[in-house]
Amino acid sequence: MSFPWANHYKPSHPFMVYLDEKLPLPRFVYNAIGAGYPVPRNLNYMWNFGVLAGFCLLLQIVTGVVLAMHYAANSGIAFDSVEHIMRDVNYGWLLRYAHANGASAFFAVVYIHIFRGFFYGSYKPPREMIWLLGVAIFLLMMATAFMGYVLPWGQMSYWGAQVITGLFSAIPIVGNGLHTWLLGGFAPVDATLNRFYALHFLLPFVILGMIILHIWSLHIPGSSNPTGVEVKSESDTVPFHPYYTAKDGFGLGCFLVVYCLMMFYAPNALGHPDNYIPANPMQTPAHIVPEWYFWPFYAILRAFTQDFFMIPAKLMGVLAMFSSILVWFFLPWLDRSPVRSGHYRPLHRKFFWVLVADVVLLGWCGGSPAEEPYVMISQLAAVYYFVHFLIVLPIVSSIEKPEPLPFSITESVLGKDDQAALAGAPASA
Amino acid sequence: MVRIIAFFAGLFFALALLWSFGKGLVSYVTSPPAATAEHAFHLAPRPLHLASDGPFGKFDMQQVQRGFQVYKEVCSNCHALHEVAFRDLKAIGYNDDEVKAIAAGFKVPHYDARTGEVKTVNGLPTDHFPPVVYGGQGSPPDLSLITKARHGGAAYVYSLLTGFQKQPAALLAHFPEAKTPDGLYYNPYFANLNIAMPPPLTADGQVSYKDNTPATVDQMAQDVAAFLVWTAEPKLENRHQAGFATVGFLIFATVLAYMAYRNVWADKKH
Repeated sequence: MSFPWANHYKPSHPFMVYLDEKLPLPRFVYNAIGAGYPVPRNLNYMWNFGVLAGFCLLLQIVTGVVLAMHYAANSGIAFDSVEHIMRDVNYGWLLRYAHANGASAFFAVVYIHIFRGFFYGSYKPPREMIWLLGVAIFLLMMATAFMGYVLPWGQMSYWGAQVITGLFSAIPIVGNGLHTWLLGGFAPVDATLNRFYALHFLLPFVILGMIILHIWSLHIPGSSNPTGVEVKSESDTVPFHPYYTAKDGFGLGCFLVVYCLMMFYAPNALGHPDNYIPANPMQTPAHIVPEWYFWPFYAILRAFTQDFFMIPAKLMGVLAMFSSILVWFFLPWLDRSPVRSGHYRPLHRKFFWVLVADVVLLGWCGGSPAEEPYVMISQLAAVYYFVHFLIVLPIVSSIEKPEPLPFSITESVLGKDDQAALAGAPASA
Repeated sequence: MVRIIAFFAGLFFALALLWSFGKGLVSYVTSPPAATAEHAFHLAPRPLHLASDGPFGKFDMQQVQRGFQVYKEVCSNCHALHEVAFRDLKAIGYNDDEVKAIAAGFKVPHYDARTGEVKTVNGLPTDHFPPVVYGGQGSPPDLSLITKARHGGAAYVYSLLTGFQKQPAALLAHFPEAKTPDGLYYNPYFANLNIAMPPPLTADGQVSYKDNTPATVDQMAQDVAAFLVWTAEPKLENRHQAGFATVGFLIFATVLAYMAYRNVWADKKH
């Protein structure tokens, strides 16, 4: 669906006319990300990050497929095959650093994309389905990134696999059996490495499919915008192309500069030195820490240090860690405020920034060793995390007095007088 | 209904966390974590400046070759260099004949498929540095990636090699149980302060440099650290150069993209 004033695809070249009859793929692209998709004119740079996330996925798939041509998923030689890529494969070092830092870039971009959603209420009707698909994509990303990190078969790969698959053993009754079944052994072994490799190759394509659904469902109501006011007339929108292709092109350039600076000049800054030590099942690293993008969730996992009403601490931690993301699925029904955008929600806006600070604090604790005072800080931060989503948001949405909304997107951009002038001349600007 | 369930779910997690927090706090107050010698006496690596540092860094080939000499004459008695092939040494300035000679100086295990015997033969340029059989205390790590596999990298290697010393009296006074056990050596740059490696660089002039650089212990430690930066990342120079070109191009392209964006939006207030 689209707005009635959307441009229509009119092929002029005879071949394009022919193609449009037989396989209207150009028409599909035109309507999806071309001049046929009207988009609110007031999107700010926060709306760049969806495109950037899509770019990151493609980058990961392209570099990953080439890396797969040189990598050997065998626990005896996996570590050396990665070093073979770094030393003997033409531009292998570039591919591997692009892929490893690409994962970090992907998560950074997606976190901004998600928090954009939190602030601007992007999860609210009529866009719930986009949000639900997005959370599912994030879960798939986490699984993919985790299994990818195991592949170099360094110390942190091995012990990370040990810890994370060990979470399943916390499940009552079936836990231990499930754990062994997932690993294909009693500890991470060659079978584990092989299945992780197969899944690490498969899941990005599942993510790609999910992204197509994500964008499909986005095109039904159309993009949201910083005011949260729905599109009312043609003057509220511009065609995606050339307006947002141009703006996203600039955003992509900025992203690539930062990403390439990381990749070429600090390629190991976000990695852990221990992963340059080959996996050794007989020697546990002093501190087992995941990659930075898992730190907040890792902090929540470790915050549960005491059994609670017969529930073992480990099970509580696992439940809480999964719940900390599953709770996002329920956001559209927890936050019932009729106003979307944080710009017009004074209370919600304040709690949003507390949440940002809280997640950063959790991340800091998650990257630190499991000692005091980090554990106590992470416990309090985790309390706020759950209270924010499950208690604060529903209460805020019912007691808050939102600020007055602009009548339309055009009014918010041009001001009331210009809007009045526009009302005189029928929507055609 | 969702919100009522959510409220109780939130309460459940919050109470479980506060319960953990409370018990943690009580034990933190009643029995605070004891100070350890590792916390009190471990030192961060001393700064080391190498030619390969920074965005325009290049290897100082003289220094890397000196470092290789230190590795060959001292470190290689216990430490392997498994990821590096002899042919790779051409990248630090040795010619084909020199590489052949260096390779031939190492004994490499060779499996003879006809007799089924494993014999040691002279290395060829295509061989990697051979494994080292070590029977002493501790397990000397492979050094190929050591500067990437330790916090502090080259500075850590340099500090560790020059950091052997007598245990400070203050340490023994505060932590008598932390006395260095027999067979280990005190080194404040090592994570748990006591390392199984005896001081490898003991005297000035232990190695006779071909370029007549005075072989002080400090110099040898710096040189071998520089060499191990190269073994860990032989493509470092290519990376720095490619990065400069790539980022330069991207900044140019981004400026163009910005101008295109301003141009396209010139007639639209937003």
